[in-house]
Amino acid sequence: MKNILRLDGNLTERLGFGLVTFMAVLTVIPIIGTIIYILLRGAPAISWEFLSTFPNDGMRAGGILPAIIGTFYLTIGTALFSVPLGIAAAIYLSEYAADNRWTRLIRISIINLAGIPSVVYGLFGLGLFVLFLKFGTSILSASLTLSIMTLPVIISTSEEALRSVPQSFRTVSISLGATRWQTIRRIVIKEALPGILTGMILGLERAAGETAPILFTGAVFFLPRLPHSPLDPTMALPYHLFVISTQVPEMPIQIQYGTALVLIFFVLTMNIIATVIRSRARARRQW
Amino acid sequence: MEKTLNWREFVITRLIKASGYSAVIFVVLIFFFLLREGLPALAEVPLSALFSLRWYPIEGNNFGILPLLTGSFIVTVGAGLIAVPFGIGTAVYISEIAPRWMREILKPLVELLGGLPSVVLGFLGILVLVPFLRRLLDIPTGLTAFTGSLLLGGIAVPTIVSVAEDALDAVPRDYREGAWALGATRWQTIWRVTFPAASSGVLTAIMLGIGRAIGETMAVMMVTGNAPVLALSAGSLFSPVRTMTATIAAEMGEVSNGSTHYHVLFFIGMVLFLISLGVNIAASSVVFKTKKRAERILS
Repeated sequence: MKNILRLDGNLTERLGFGLVTFMAVLTVIPIIGTIIYILLRGAPAISWEFLSTFPNDGMRAGGILPAIIGTFYLTIGTALFSVPLGIAAAIYLSEYAADNRWTRLIRISIINLAGIPSVVYGLFGLGLFVLFLKFGTSILSASLTLSIMTLPVIISTSEEALRSVPQSFRTVSISLGATRWQTIRRIVIKEALPGILTGMILGLERAAGETAPILFTGAVFFLPRLPHSPLDPTMALPYHLFVISTQVPEMPIQIQYGTALVLIFFVLTMNIIATVIRSRARARRQW
Repeated sequence: MEKTLNWREFVITRLIKASGYSAVIFVVLIFFFLLREGLPALAEVPLSALFSLRWYPIEGNNFGILPLLTGSFIVTVGAGLIAVPFGIGTAVYISEIAPRWMREILKPLVELLGGLPSVVLGFLGILVLVPFLRRLLDIPTGLTAFTGSLLLGGIAVPTIVSVAEDALDAVPRDYREGAWALGATRWQTIWRVTFPAASSGVLTAIMLGIGRAIGETMAVMMVTGNAPVLALSAGSLFSPVRTMTATIAAEMGEVSNGSTHYHVLFFIGMVLFLISLGVNIAASSVVFKTKKRAERILS
């Protein structure tokens, strides 16, 4: 009897482990498959001409230069607004905020900001930046919209990085006569920098790949020239991929895969940089 | 010197404090602008027409949002049925079973999936998944709610995995050792001790994953066929539908500012905002029991 029970336990264990492992494998295979598939199908489209010329023949020929440049501008614009604001907010939460009702309100707001659907950000950007503040459909409006969407990621990852700096570092600095701000600027931020950078890159990675928030705030179908000022609209890689895969009839498949590959390359590079910074900082950390 | 330093410190401290409250300000601003542009819809379209069964805004002036609500609902339920078991299964595997080297590979891979732009998933959906499903299921079109559910499931999985994995990881080692000492097998320990101890975090993971799925736009718009028909039976899982998010994304570009159609689209945005607010407040009320998790769910 005892033996049967034990056997039973072993059998359930093997079944359970098998099931869970099987699910993990089924989750991971499509991820790897997706990336490899796009790499293979997209690679033949990549050439210097594809990366450095404008589209022509109604997108069906030529390159994707304005979309690449546009995504680059949007990412920089997003960083300009969201990075300083996000880091300052993280400093407030980690170094100044008391644990009270107001701080809880801030935390709940951050969580909610992170959960708002991206298309709702698009509506908000249209209502506030494009129409109310009259920035028009422009890089400025789109960058501002994207930066509010990116803010929660930057705040929460930076705060975690700041908090992981041991309290004793602050105590020593202050006891040596430094002010609070000097301590934060010279000690805490310096120690937390890798973590802050990681969060920043992960946030911007998301912004670079988003389509819905820029649909009505800054992205356009086609531009005959590169944007000249932040008040010009722009093309962008994710929006371009959407357009050529759904709106253009008889679109050559190779250009579509090529565009997807460039977008994925953009995003994956940022992801890998963030991962490398994080793991190197972890290995070097002495506390 | 001393004086200027203090003055600078004062200004910087104020600026930092103001930035700290920026998240609150933005949530309020977003809600305000959705109300401002969305509430006029209630004055222009009678409530009974708004909650009717026909969405045909361009020529018919029919603004019934029920087909869109049911469309979002059915796609999200499908996504949940896929993402919850796979997300939790993967989280249990990563946190409890996988050897360390495997964990180091799997975690970044799942994070990578979370970082893939949804437009890329939609693109592959159109070219690969849609034709495949059409042939496999022998249906007239592969652009169905189910196709959307599959993609959304993939998009919700990383959220569920990372939050649930954190929750499982946060269960003290003593619990497991106690169970082993009492003679439980590893599987019994996972199933009867670790998992119940982490259940609130796992619940949060599910809610956030589903919240993510409701709000997804591009992938869903590209593969669900965009047919605003009432989707209530299980059969409609395999026919084209249209979600609230897709409707906004597809139609906002073509309406004139200030028209009824424009206001109704903002009204739909308001509904989406309130749904995500509800989901996230519910999820964070569970989360706040352990602070660390509240921070991790955002990263």
